[in-house]
Amino acid sequence: MAQHRHFDEELAELKTKLARMAGLAEDQIDKALTALVTRDAALACRVIERDHKVNAMDVEIDEACIELLALHQPAARDLRLVTTAMKLSTELERISDLSESICERAIELNEEPQLKPYIDIPRMGSLARVMVKESIDAFVKEDAILARKVIGDDDFVDDLMEQLFRELLSFMMENPHTISRAIRLSFIAKSLERVADHATNIAELVVYLVEGKIIRHTAPSAPL
Amino acid sequence: MLGPQFDVTSGVSTLSPIVSSLEMESMDPHHSDVTPQPSAQGKSKLRVQGFNFFYGPVQALFKVDLDIPENQVTAFIGPSGCGKSTLLRCMNRLNDLIEGARHEGNILIDGVDIFNPSIDITDLRKRVGMVFQKSNPFPKSIHENVAYGPRLQGLKSRIVLEEIVERSLRGAGLWEEVKDRLHKSALGLSGGQQQRLCIARALAVKPDVLLMDEPCSALDPIATGIIEELLFSLKKELTIVIVTHNMQQAARVSDRTAFMYLGQLVEYGLTKQLFTNPSKKQTEDYITGRFG
Repeated sequence: MAQHRHFDEELAELKTKLARMAGLAEDQIDKALTALVTRDAALACRVIERDHKVNAMDVEIDEACIELLALHQPAARDLRLVTTAMKLSTELERISDLSESICERAIELNEEPQLKPYIDIPRMGSLARVMVKESIDAFVKEDAILARKVIGDDDFVDDLMEQLFRELLSFMMENPHTISRAIRLSFIAKSLERVADHATNIAELVVYLVEGKIIRHTAPSAPL
Repeated sequence: MLGPQFDVTSGVSTLSPIVSSLEMESMDPHHSDVTPQPSAQGKSKLRVQGFNFFYGPVQALFKVDLDIPENQVTAFIGPSGCGKSTLLRCMNRLNDLIEGARHEGNILIDGVDIFNPSIDITDLRKRVGMVFQKSNPFPKSIHENVAYGPRLQGLKSRIVLEEIVERSLRGAGLWEEVKDRLHKSALGLSGGQQQRLCIARALAVKPDVLLMDEPCSALDPIATGIIEELLFSLKKELTIVIVTHNMQQAARVSDRTAFMYLGQLVEYGLTKQLFTNPSKKQTEDYITGRFG
């Protein structure tokens, strides 16, 4: 027979905070991509400024988790939720950092004409963004099936990254004047690839939360 | 309720095991059809098999199967009335003393059924010591409390007795605090010290197994911490079974935890597993404070 616990309210509040932070991180990556594609320096600056807000939420969530551990000594699923929350906020904070980095490169790129029409970068960006969104949805709904799907999607982003890198390399070999822009674009692609990695980490945390199984660092061929 | 004389018996033990190893082999019934919960790492000391227990018409334990490994601390947790103390008290047959009590199934210690008619119940209680919720030192000196058991066994040598008293008090982590007042009354000790004296008294007769029924529930956090630390050193020599209402205590001190509910063993496994990822929902609800 389930009994109402004050602790449940605190856990619900923690989840709300995380969902809010996740929403913000997701919006950071979204806006960073828009700023890049539309060459909107003002928007890029706003993303850079807003990173502080995500950092502050990271600290706030960490403090809330430490407090819950110290005062309630949670066990089982409650314990997994609190420890997962601590790690998850770090992943979200990194996603926001990468968005900031993309914006810095975007501002630099604005000083020169656009190297080429952006096709693969927005594709990578939207894949990575969907992965972030779905990993967060999986966390909120405690859905291990969705989490496993996200983990599988990481390969697509890696493939696109590889393809883009080759393309940029050919630009650079053909014309050294493109090097500074091509390198900046490849930094951006790398950032997006890392955003997808963080989404994968979040999804792995969700599997731990739901099933109590740590699937991190398992061989790619091993069944998840 | 049990009278104080029973506590006396249980706190006292003999230096010799109850049965010879020859007897053990011949008596081992080897119930291969019974699957005791997780296979205990290392040798199993106590084995409970298909155990039912009744207080008159009321059944208190239902088909309990579990293996308790040697030199480990096993904790029994569960809400009041779940049968954890009943099971503990069956392990040295303290429940025999209750009118109308009866059991079905076996409890084996080193492969020997403790309910076998050839077992001397006094010897069993000497071998399986017990520490209770409330400390119960004899109204005698500290020294007398510890020397009582060995002396009752006929040990007369003063030198040997002194040795046993010191070794037992050291084992219970009490020696440094009482060595200068061994002949003062035990009743002058603090609650935590009295409880450790009861542990020393049990250790004096070298038991194999120490049963502890909520040994810290009447103690302050410091005294509790001292007893908990003590368990880590005691388990090198003994097998410990502890009943506790304090789940954090079970998590801190035990290697294995058994969760009981309404007379049934719901889940039994490694403590670190049970407290991070229990396999049964009832266990999860209990350890997270959702019921109980």
